[in-house]
Amino acid sequence: MAGAPAAAPAPLARRARWRGWALDAIGGMVLLYLFLPIFVIILYSFNRPEGRFNFVWKEFSLEAWRDPFKYAPLVDAMKLSLKVASISTAVATVFGSLIALALCRYKFRGSGPIGLLLVLPLTTPEVVLGSSLLSLFLDLNAHMGFATIVIAHIMFSVSYVALTVRARIRGFDWTLEEAAMDLGATPWRVLRKVTLPLIAPGIVAAAMLSFALSLDDFIITLFNSGSEVTYPLYVYGARRAAFPPQINVLATTILVGSLALLGLTVLWQQRRLKQALVA
Amino acid sequence: MAGTAAGSARRNPWAPYLLVLPGVLWLLVFFVVPIVTLASTSIAGAGRPWWDGYARAFTDYGAFILRSFRFSLLATLVALVLAYPLAYVMAFRAGRFKHFLLGLVILPFFTTFLVRTFAWKTILNDGGPVVGLLIWLHLLPADGRLLNTNWAVVGGLTYNFLPFMVLPIYVSLEKIDRRLVEAAQDLYCSPIRAFGKVVFPLSLPGVFAGSLLTFIPASGDFINAELLGSPNQRMIGTVIQNQFLQVHDYPLAASLSFVLMTIITIAVIAYARVLGTEDLA
Repeated sequence: MAGAPAAAPAPLARRARWRGWALDAIGGMVLLYLFLPIFVIILYSFNRPEGRFNFVWKEFSLEAWRDPFKYAPLVDAMKLSLKVASISTAVATVFGSLIALALCRYKFRGSGPIGLLLVLPLTTPEVVLGSSLLSLFLDLNAHMGFATIVIAHIMFSVSYVALTVRARIRGFDWTLEEAAMDLGATPWRVLRKVTLPLIAPGIVAAAMLSFALSLDDFIITLFNSGSEVTYPLYVYGARRAAFPPQINVLATTILVGSLALLGLTVLWQQRRLKQALVA
Repeated sequence: MAGTAAGSARRNPWAPYLLVLPGVLWLLVFFVVPIVTLASTSIAGAGRPWWDGYARAFTDYGAFILRSFRFSLLATLVALVLAYPLAYVMAFRAGRFKHFLLGLVILPFFTTFLVRTFAWKTILNDGGPVVGLLIWLHLLPADGRLLNTNWAVVGGLTYNFLPFMVLPIYVSLEKIDRRLVEAAQDLYCSPIRAFGKVVFPLSLPGVFAGSLLTFIPASGDFINAELLGSPNQRMIGTVIQNQFLQVHDYPLAASLSFVLMTIITIAVIAYARVLGTEDLA
């Protein structure tokens, strides 16, 4: 709202234009604030740090990019994270999509409480989610490790998947299914040829979200990991021992990789749309 | 839930229950049951009264609880002030760049949250450009620093949860019927008055959702306080984590978790009353 010349009563249109530009500038600066750390992450992947901590700029180097797998524990942590993310995403995507399908397609008693049950994990701080799960595992004397990490990740992903898929498939024309059945399609064929293609984009979006959340999760994992070390846990521990630029190289790779994946899904959806229009 | 196919529902009344069964069971066993065990752990101190954990939570760690809510409230306010103009520009002024900007706001999610926080450590470091600029502008004393201050921690919290504030506000602004704004201006509302009387009230559900999505995770967060602050900035999340994983004082740790959750629930209900958006969820 600044920027309008306060002196003479400027014409209203000019003042409105100034106000708009000022808003654009503020919006741009907020975006810049969002991006500043990302620039730093990419820039410091090309740093040759002095000592063990990559926090101060020394000189340009491609060393870390040439040898990204130099630190075996970092690579192992990344592998573990990818494994956890794959399994938990697969399970959570199935569970969550089924819930979304039921909530959108059927009117049934209990759908209200189920909606609440889906929202509650998202409005509970991660420390509480992580520590309550830990108290359950302690009560059961369970061995903390890979299995407990996966259980925890499925738990918080199911809600995200169900809510994302539900938002995307709300208001679909389900009579298409009945039309297919009236035309003699078996239930299995209806599922494959009608239902799945309709809800696929929502499911893909939800699966990507779930994968990203799992790969990124720190707090809940910290409580339930036992002696296992995922990528975020490794990064957290790195502040004590050593913070090599390879961490930045991996972070940059994840960023570029997910951007590529995102681009591919957009292309795929546009092609599907085109095919649907032609058909 | 419009257009529910009553036909297929009639075919098999059990179908929806079968569909929700695995996911709901998972949430019951690994979300609801753990909250119950958390409650029972909090009152299970051996040889002590049941409320001992809660008493110590308030007497010994009340300051940490207060600080956590102060920091997260401040971070939520700053995030709101920053997010609203950006969401407004995206919804009303970006035109065909709308989706591109939306992608930019989501982009930070694709780099690990922890690595981003470490990047802030680099940016705010002593002798770094930001500290240098502030000293040059005399906004900081010559030996001043940003790391290990309240500013750094609140700034980090604001940064981390900013996209969660932008997205819901953007969605609610986007839904507003432009003709309402035009009508207000046709009736001689000034643009600012039209904003205050039409646009802002209609965007309140987004403000509500965004504030919760920022405030709740921020109040339990301890990464920003640990990486960007000193022990003077320590938040309740660190204490809970320490008591659970290092000290193994489970009743105290569980009490602290429960107190955090209860205060947040009360705050959310109060906030919903104030904004009048109770039927949001």
